[in-house]
Amino acid sequence: MSKSDPVDNNGPRRAIDIVREGLEKRYRAERRFRRNGFLAITISLFSLFVLFASMIINGYSAFWQTYIRLDIFFDAELLHQEALASADYDGLVKNALQTVFPDAQNRQERRDLFKLVSSGAAFELRKRVLDDPAIIDQRKSVWVLADDDVDMLIKGHQGRNLPESERRINNRQLQWLDFLKAENRIEKRLNWTFLSHGDSREPEMAGVWGATMGSFLTLIITLILSFPIGVAAAVYLEEFAPKNRWTDLIEININNLAAVPSIVFGLLGLAVFLNFFGLPRSAPIVGGFVLALMTLPVIIIASRSALKSVPPSIREAALGVGASKMQMVFHHVLPLALPGMLTGTIIGMARALGETAPLLMIGMVAFIVDIPKGFTDPATVLPVQIYLWADSPERAFVERTSAAVIILLAFLIIMNAAAVILRKRFERRW
Amino acid sequence: MPTVLLILILLGMSSAAFYLGHRRAVELSGRSSKKIALHSRPVYYGALTALWCGIPALLIFVFWLAFEGNIITRMVLSDLPARYRDLPDDRTNLLVNNIKNQVEGNIVSIKEDPDILQAAQHYRNLRSVSRTALGITVLSLAIGGILLVWRRIKPSFRARNHVETVVRCILIVCSIIAILTTIGIVLSVLYESIRFFKEVPLSDFLFGLEWSPQTAIRKDQVGSSGAFGAIPVLLGTALISAIAMVVAVPVGLMSAIYLSEYAGSRFRAAVKPLIEILAGIPTVVYGFFAALTVAPFIRNAGGYLGLDVSSESALAAGLVMGIMIIPFVSSLSDDFINAVPQSLRDGAYSLGATRSETIKQVILPAALPGIVGGVLLAVSRAIGETMIVVMAAGLAANMTVNPFKAVTTVTVQIVTLLVGDQEFDSPKTLAAFALGLLLFLVTLVLNIIALRVVQKYREQYE
Repeated sequence: MSKSDPVDNNGPRRAIDIVREGLEKRYRAERRFRRNGFLAITISLFSLFVLFASMIINGYSAFWQTYIRLDIFFDAELLHQEALASADYDGLVKNALQTVFPDAQNRQERRDLFKLVSSGAAFELRKRVLDDPAIIDQRKSVWVLADDDVDMLIKGHQGRNLPESERRINNRQLQWLDFLKAENRIEKRLNWTFLSHGDSREPEMAGVWGATMGSFLTLIITLILSFPIGVAAAVYLEEFAPKNRWTDLIEININNLAAVPSIVFGLLGLAVFLNFFGLPRSAPIVGGFVLALMTLPVIIIASRSALKSVPPSIREAALGVGASKMQMVFHHVLPLALPGMLTGTIIGMARALGETAPLLMIGMVAFIVDIPKGFTDPATVLPVQIYLWADSPERAFVERTSAAVIILLAFLIIMNAAAVILRKRFERRW
Repeated sequence: MPTVLLILILLGMSSAAFYLGHRRAVELSGRSSKKIALHSRPVYYGALTALWCGIPALLIFVFWLAFEGNIITRMVLSDLPARYRDLPDDRTNLLVNNIKNQVEGNIVSIKEDPDILQAAQHYRNLRSVSRTALGITVLSLAIGGILLVWRRIKPSFRARNHVETVVRCILIVCSIIAILTTIGIVLSVLYESIRFFKEVPLSDFLFGLEWSPQTAIRKDQVGSSGAFGAIPVLLGTALISAIAMVVAVPVGLMSAIYLSEYAGSRFRAAVKPLIEILAGIPTVVYGFFAALTVAPFIRNAGGYLGLDVSSESALAAGLVMGIMIIPFVSSLSDDFINAVPQSLRDGAYSLGATRSETIKQVILPAALPGIVGGVLLAVSRAIGETMIVVMAAGLAANMTVNPFKAVTTVTVQIVTLLVGDQEFDSPKTLAAFALGLLLFLVTLVLNIIALRVVQKYREQYE
């Protein structure tokens, strides 16, 4: 009875039927595969979105800062003319607070009261008095920095509905703040401190300007070293080098260097630049050296592909009218390849700007308040600043770290956009 | 003389040299009644003068500054009173730091000591002598260079050939810097590692199961022994890299397939740059993201499911590292998929294969070597990644493959051992270099294999 299967009844089973039978299943597999592909893209884009969103949500508020208006009486008794720079400006702030809230009497209460205002307020007053000593013995209304805990509360990062023991602001302080608010003595203003100061232990006084300057100085050194050397190496390897074992070795070497972990470059910097040559720790010049060595392979690879894309006819034409090989390269090929090289350099610089690990090794992770003015001053850079702040326990530093991330990303986006524009405008297709 | 000023003077002299050489050449050719033609264009005579003026002086300048500090320090130390001379190395370093701080006018960590003050004065004197000598040497070299070329300039002088030889030498030196960097890396890491392996045997390091790099300040301290077994650290690195690859390879590969085989050109043009933004984000930002958002999320999610998740879990670090590597895998795979010739696709379609069947059975096998090479490169990147793990993974070296526990990695250990105060001779700091050597070797092998594979593959379809 084995002959009674469908083949017998309807004639021989055709291939097309077998295909048709499987078709439904195959189309399902096709749709599934396609859906998985789309899912993968969604995952990538979603991570990108979450990353940006979490930085912006956490960070945007750092560009505003809470200020408290105090009526400061520049008391001549506290400010002796001869020692204006070292007078008791804290006392001025305390007196002003005490006049607003005479009810704070015992020590604990007064300490709580004085905690509302940042210790930076005294510096601000000092600066005012030194700028214009004529205000002594006058009463002036001054906006001073609020403490970071107050700032967090006003911005709503610290719930006021929590039980008192879990808040950094106690009930008494909360009453005072509400009173100040009702009197219009509390205001959120653009946070210039954050954009113009160096690092500080007090979150409300910490700024990114010192780190930005450090990054800038470091990148200058990186650019000065890596661009000419990278272009020169690319020109030699692409245009002059004979094909032999040595140039092969150099080539393999460069490709490998591009993939060596960045921290290893940090070890090199530590052992060679700091311990062997005795260059200063934490200095932008050493950071620039290390980053230049790191960026070099990127620039060489990009420059070589830019040189490769210049058509041979240009070279032949130049040689044909009697140019030497050097003239051909420097007068004709190099100018045509330059936009591509610059694009590669900008991308390399953007990578160097975001690099952290090698700079930790050479001591650019120190706590530095002053804004660096030269290549050998101790400095830190933006990504290291982010790393340092991310380690700090204060809630206000979370906000500031995110804001520093936003600034760093903004710089990177600008640089990459510049590279794209450069490529669009100057790149020639042959 | 301040060094910046000296460089500026040198630059100025080089420009003057260019002008002088140029004018001399023009004059020589014009003055003679017979109007002898110059061998090269006048620019080359100028350029040669400028090169001879600038380059030797600059070389001396750089070498001088590179070695000046060490030599002066040594001279100052040898002139100190005898009681300072036989100090152990670390005390000597402290002493040198004090002297240098005194020289720079910084705050000194110990009480002012007349000997130190004197040494600082001595240092300052020597340095000013050295700087003056440097200034004189550099300037006389520059002038000598100008004179040398100036005298040789004749219409028949082959200035262009000379300039081209010099330029060629400069180009060669620039390409050799890449090799020097590699040699520098190998030597510096190897040298310190050998010192480390003199104190800790190689077998203990490679096969030891315990890592706790504390060294004692006093001999009788508890737990003073310090264990340098690298296995837990390597295991942690492998765990986190594996998690990263589990995320990055499927997502990256599928994104690349979708973008190159399914997506329309407008979708592709919009999405591809967006994915590549992920590659441009600095790793410190990923680290902060992992610590701020991902790690708490995973811990809370684990809490709902009744899992005990450590706040510095390997999962969080691995996940974020995976996200970082997605664009790397996807752009490399994209290249390789696009390199597969269209004829292979057409052949498969003509046999009636669906798109996914074509991809799975024709394109992927054809592109496989390239993709494997790309994945190897991605692994080497995951192993060497530092900031994400420093900020999101733990410090304790646990022997575990549980992704919810905290583990540590090679890079984290290097950073913690070397950041902050360090004595340069303790096995603790040297251990960082041994780990660095290990890291360098592993990534080097991975890179060489991967680059070889990728290159072989590229040649196949060219």
